[in-house]
Amino acid sequence: MLKEGNSKISKSTHLPRKRFFRARAHSNPLSDSHFPVPISPSHVDYSVHFPQLFSSSDEGGDSKKIEFADVGCGFGGLLISLSTLFPQTLMIGMEIRDKVTEYVKERILALRVANPGQYQNVSVVRTNSMKYIPNYFGKGQLSKMFFLFPDPHFKEKNHRRRVISTHLLDEYAYVLGIGGIIYTITDVEELGDWMNECLEGHPMFEAITEEELEADPVVKLLSSATEEGQKVARNEGQTFQAVYRRIAPSL
Amino acid sequence: MEEPAIEEGDNHRDVEVAPALISVHPDHKFIVVSIGSDLRVFDLQGGCSVTLVDDSSGPLHKDSIRAIRFGAEGKLFVSAGDDKLVKIWNANSWHCISTVCSEKRVSAVAISKDGLFVCFADKFGVVWALNLDGFDENQVLVEKKAAPVLAHYCSIITSLEFSLDGRFIISADRDFKIRVSVFPKKPLDGAHEIQSFCLGHTEFVSCLAFVCAPDYPEGFLVSGSGDSTVRLWDITSGSLLDTCEVGSQAGFLESNGREEEHYSAVIDLCTTPDGTLVAVAIQSLQGILLLNCDLSAKSLSIAKVVSITGGSFIPTSLGTASCAEFLWMVTGVSTLHGFDSHSLARVRVISGFRIGSPDSVEHEPTMLEDDEIPGGEKLLEKLQGSVSIENKVFSAAAEAVKMAMCNLLIKKQYSADKREFRKRTRNDKKIKQ
Repeated sequence: MLKEGNSKISKSTHLPRKRFFRARAHSNPLSDSHFPVPISPSHVDYSVHFPQLFSSSDEGGDSKKIEFADVGCGFGGLLISLSTLFPQTLMIGMEIRDKVTEYVKERILALRVANPGQYQNVSVVRTNSMKYIPNYFGKGQLSKMFFLFPDPHFKEKNHRRRVISTHLLDEYAYVLGIGGIIYTITDVEELGDWMNECLEGHPMFEAITEEELEADPVVKLLSSATEEGQKVARNEGQTFQAVYRRIAPSL
Repeated sequence: MEEPAIEEGDNHRDVEVAPALISVHPDHKFIVVSIGSDLRVFDLQGGCSVTLVDDSSGPLHKDSIRAIRFGAEGKLFVSAGDDKLVKIWNANSWHCISTVCSEKRVSAVAISKDGLFVCFADKFGVVWALNLDGFDENQVLVEKKAAPVLAHYCSIITSLEFSLDGRFIISADRDFKIRVSVFPKKPLDGAHEIQSFCLGHTEFVSCLAFVCAPDYPEGFLVSGSGDSTVRLWDITSGSLLDTCEVGSQAGFLESNGREEEHYSAVIDLCTTPDGTLVAVAIQSLQGILLLNCDLSAKSLSIAKVVSITGGSFIPTSLGTASCAEFLWMVTGVSTLHGFDSHSLARVRVISGFRIGSPDSVEHEPTMLEDDEIPGGEKLLEKLQGSVSIENKVFSAAAEAVKMAMCNLLIKKQYSADKREFRKRTRNDKKIKQ
């Protein structure tokens, strides 16, 4: 495995090369999954994800928890930027395409080797986050969730496959702590409207003001740090973002 | 284009079997058995069978009934299933108050504690709520529309329950998840606030029930699953309090020794009103497993097996009233291949279904003979279809439960070759050609 991985790593940058990790652009989130899923958040093995920070003997009880989740992290551009911006925060990417997940895994390993002491707070997991978010995170555990350039699923019949929907927002609101922030961005106007509408209409989210958006360093990364965002910028395309805060529902 | 040979997994699809269900009026006034599309009601107090009155013409239900339930202290009754109809009945006059169309097949129903809302879950994993405001004993409700309140992401919901205080709605799915959502004051706007997830089962969750005791008025949740366990939960925190392995018990009684995977899935649960006993129906167990539920120690333990002699009676559904000490059981099957269309069911009753001090013999749970059953022969004739039932019903019922679970709940595993083949012959690709 290691040997095979090495041949996929560029000699000049020591990072994995994407062309060895080609994958289909889409994956059906409705299909039954056949990868392992932790039974509950307490079964997530932090020592596998963050080996330098957690030893395998660690019981983990009240130690640090993952706080950022990049849902559909793709090739992991955002995570890599966030990792150095928030070096004290544990973060995880969730991706359903296993080759892409493999790439991000290799990328993080390579970065850890190249930059000792850095990138220890970032990891990736292959999962269907639309089904298994509650298996990874407990109530109110997260402070930021990212949904960057998700699959637009244009056909109305397939709208239920969209990663942002009123019903799924219930689950995201559950894993986000009060005050936690959900970031979404897309280059598809129709999807941008959809995500905005879903968040706007949800009683447990409120829009973040322009001033706060300006002040938030993460917002700039949404379009600049991700591979998809860079592609859109190259093509001089438009992006549509919706950033909302998790609030306590009014009774 | 010639259709390629159908795979084993698809073979069963044309045989949609539904196990028989039983529901007991909370005051022990009525017993309802559903089998296939047939709804059979017996009046225990009057000692006679009940004729259902539905203003819409045609059969009451056109396809297998998958969920039945009494609610609102026995004033209402709901039936729903594969014909995508949810029928709400006045559980006194047995008039159909309202018929609601669902977009998808219905897999579970529940009635809110205040009797104002009927909730039903469909096969897409969406739970819908229907407002019964303005429900009048004698009046037929006008056409109402249900609103979606919550969803499990594309996972069939197997069971719906309201918490004892009515604050929460609990939904279980075939992906091993149990979700506890706050049931809001305005449910039609959606139940967005999740109180907890009860995670621990490793297979589909098949049934939910509450146990309560005077000291614990909020009660605790018990769940049964395809992983052959019954688990006890605190719904407020979602924490797992105890796990009881029941598979070994079932295997022990299995006479012919053919052990199959998923063969000891928990089919149904029923708790005594005092919260001390849990009756468990298991896929390979000829009888009922009784669990002791000690709420102060928050533990479940195996009490005893009440085995059923005479035919391999594996219950497909359980029910009890809040006052009487009878555990009602049914086994049966809707149309299965090799059978005449006559829907067969078999009803058995256990008396003494409550905590018994260990030394008093009269309170021991005992299986009643047919002539000892409340309602007697008349009841059996109504609910079973005939007084005596041939033996083959039992094996058919066992088969039906197995098949229903395979079709609905157990994830299909394919070899790599088969998976590729299935990908190539996907329906959406066929259309393009």
